[in-house]
Amino acid sequence: MSDTQSSVAESTPLTPLQALGASLVDQSGGRASSYAVAHEELTLFTTAEQVVELLRLLRDGSEGRFVQLTELTCVDRPEREARFELVYQLISYVKNVRLRVKLSVCEDQPVPSVTPVYPCANWLEREVFDMFGVYFTDHPDLRRILTDYGFHGHPLRKDFPMTGYVEVRWDEELKRVVYEPVKLTQEYRAFDFLSPWEGAEQVLPGDEKAKPAPASAAKS
Amino acid sequence: MADDATPAPVLSPEDQAALRKFSINFGPQHPAAHGVLRLVLELDGEIVERVDPHIGLLHRGTEKLMEARTYLQNTPYFDRLDYVAPMNQEHAFVLAVEKLAGIEVPYRAKVIRVLFDEIGRILSHLLNVTTQAMDVGALTPPLWGFEEREKLMVFYERASGARLHANYYRPGGVHQDLPPELIADMRVWCREFPKALADIDALVTPNRIFKQRNVDIGVVTKEEAFAWGFTGVLLRGSGIAWDLRKAQPYEIYADLDFDIPLGRNGDCYDRYLVRMEEMRQSVRIMVQCLDLLDANPGPVLIQNSKFAPPRRAEMKRSMEALIHHFKLYTEGFHVPEGDVYTAVEAPKGEFGVYLVGDGTNKPYRCKIRARGYSHLQAMDWMCRGHQVADVSAILGSLDIVFGEIDR
Repeated sequence: MSDTQSSVAESTPLTPLQALGASLVDQSGGRASSYAVAHEELTLFTTAEQVVELLRLLRDGSEGRFVQLTELTCVDRPEREARFELVYQLISYVKNVRLRVKLSVCEDQPVPSVTPVYPCANWLEREVFDMFGVYFTDHPDLRRILTDYGFHGHPLRKDFPMTGYVEVRWDEELKRVVYEPVKLTQEYRAFDFLSPWEGAEQVLPGDEKAKPAPASAAKS
Repeated sequence: MADDATPAPVLSPEDQAALRKFSINFGPQHPAAHGVLRLVLELDGEIVERVDPHIGLLHRGTEKLMEARTYLQNTPYFDRLDYVAPMNQEHAFVLAVEKLAGIEVPYRAKVIRVLFDEIGRILSHLLNVTTQAMDVGALTPPLWGFEEREKLMVFYERASGARLHANYYRPGGVHQDLPPELIADMRVWCREFPKALADIDALVTPNRIFKQRNVDIGVVTKEEAFAWGFTGVLLRGSGIAWDLRKAQPYEIYADLDFDIPLGRNGDCYDRYLVRMEEMRQSVRIMVQCLDLLDANPGPVLIQNSKFAPPRRAEMKRSMEALIHHFKLYTEGFHVPEGDVYTAVEAPKGEFGVYLVGDGTNKPYRCKIRARGYSHLQAMDWMCRGHQVADVSAILGSLDIVFGEIDR
């Protein structure tokens, strides 16, 4: 693997970001598996088991000195087996460079909390727990943070409906706020804007034969 | 009822301490809570022992809503985050879309964006420094400051049609060009505002009560500022020379001439001083932008009809322009797959947008980095050991707005 990387380095010189990514992967001692550079942004890939040690290394030991955790968030991709992609966004004030650390976890897999390394991860992890239901081990205070007291479900999961399940109103007789199932007076309108001509891969009825057409036919 | 024969029980020191300790609710309806913040304060007499902020009372699920709307429909949500300086938020979002879709912005649009960013900065700082004075007991500064804010809101209205929720920035530029009269009026304002600011400065800065309430209150060291994710004024107030406008310049900030004020002690008073000086620097930037606007006529929106609507006059004649317009406002444009993080130096700190595109016309995921979120989190350790009255002073100097924290 190192041979292929070095041969790439010989043929096309690495950009500064790629060089930084390569050296950070080297220094991590296997804690970061690989790096990627896209849109002039550097991303390291790691696993849930390694993330705390990797972030500690990035903060204290590495050449980067990534002293601040800017952002911690999650992306839900239900089609994958490890559906939650956790994203840690770091910044180095010394090198003036941003770094993203990504890892993927399954729905029932807990992630170690990074609050011992970055105290500000406390609320950020609470938010991810609240919104996605990712459980963080060793978190000092893992409670819901943004949703209502006594809320059920994890709103930012892709399988959570945008309207939610309950609505609240003030009940004049009971003199308190009551929770009821959502009643929509009009069905929520979700338009499919993807054009059948270019976006979606739809097979028109009776047009099945045309599909395996060779590239030459498509050109003409 | 009291039996005269038995003396009053003498409490042990532990029992006395237990009696002194109690917890109170600060908010959610407290004028100094700057919105719907509920702080559960655990007190030992007058001394704060623990602060537990309860947030989310203004949670609207912006990030969820954004996943169901096109990129163009999503810009207005950013006005509603920090409603004190709306356009600065829009800026981060359009920068993210532009980076992902590879859109190049015309020069004049960049100048207009910087101009309105600085107006937003003055809007936000004016509100903050004056209400911070109000939180510690002064009533006049907000009245003076809001008069100037009102004039800036009129500039917003004349540019975008709305005083507050502007929806003015677009991926690829800004919606409309500024009329020449507006530019002339902004020039006049830039001449007059420093006098008004000097008045507020003379009223608040040397004030004995204001100093007593703010100096050496809520001190943040450099290490704490890094560890707790502080950005913007809270970082600079602790003496860290960091401003995204200088460090990672976006738009035309690299060509402009302005200074970054720094605090020395990291207390509430230094943060106030940094904000005052930033307003003066913003006026400097505004004057330079107005000169650049005079010197650089041209388009303010990208001329690519796949991303920006055609001009109205064109639509009257060209069928193609009409189709483009229809497609843009129904389907919207498609943004390629990938993820980007863009940040701008908003008045309250680094406002970032982490945008994940999946090749369709809607964002797959958009995470909004709210500055107040990490700042408010620090309330607990910042307030420990302070008096109850200092809570509102510290809260005021953190400059939080609940529209963005709760999202």
